[in-house]
Amino acid sequence: MTDTSRGLPERPMSPHLQVWRWHITMACSILHRGCIMGLYVGAVILAGWALSLALGPDAYAVYAGLLGSVLGKLVMIGLTFALFFNIAYAIRQTFWDAGIGFAPKTADLTGAAAIAFAVVATIVTWVIAAATGAF
Amino acid sequence: MAENPSERFRTPLSRARGMGAARHGVSHFMTERVSGMALVPLSLWAVFAGLKLGAGDFEGAAVWLSSPVNAVLLALLLVTALIHLQGAVQVVIEDYIHKFTTKSALVVLNLFVCVLSGALGVFSILKVALTGAF
Repeated sequence: MTDTSRGLPERPMSPHLQVWRWHITMACSILHRGCIMGLYVGAVILAGWALSLALGPDAYAVYAGLLGSVLGKLVMIGLTFALFFNIAYAIRQTFWDAGIGFAPKTADLTGAAAIAFAVVATIVTWVIAAATGAF
Repeated sequence: MAENPSERFRTPLSRARGMGAARHGVSHFMTERVSGMALVPLSLWAVFAGLKLGAGDFEGAAVWLSSPVNAVLLALLLVTALIHLQGAVQVVIEDYIHKFTTKSALVVLNLFVCVLSGALGVFSILKVALTGAF
């Protein structure tokens, strides 16, 4: 390919991940992106669940068995966390869109609150699941 | 030449093409924000539904989905989530994959995965809701 950028001023570079000091808003941003990729798989799992139900009792038993296996349960616990974290993150972003919550202290606090909410809600959900026999 | 700061960094090829931005930015932003907000109540309902379905078996799930409220909410959840995730994952692809052919292939694959999941999921939901799972 020919060099088409000859003679142009050097473009500004954004700092790479490695040169940033670790802080909670950055952790939330990365976690959010990770959760999105997890939930992508989750949406496909949900569509597969509906398909297995439509295919009949045998297909459903196999699918439910996969979701109920050790690996399946780990995936479901992970998805529960991703779901709750994304709920909190969507609310946080909506306030940001209105221009509210950008002060560093507020952003740190809401970020920590989003992670705390997701952890607590995930634990509560799976305690209920264990109590009702879904676990 | 130096009047507009964003013009300074445009390559001669980019200038010759004169295409500028695709002008889809605001539409993408609004889609992600609105679907994100719609997913807050739908996701909470999904956890509630998941707890109920996880405790039951095939027959329990078939009876649950034969309720119009459950069928409509589940279809809404699936379609809204797929619209949201299609846009979100496209941004992830565009952020990390810079080779044109690979990037384009993944963006199209992402679209196909989402549309296929939606079509199969909604058809299955309607099948069980309208004709039963047996």
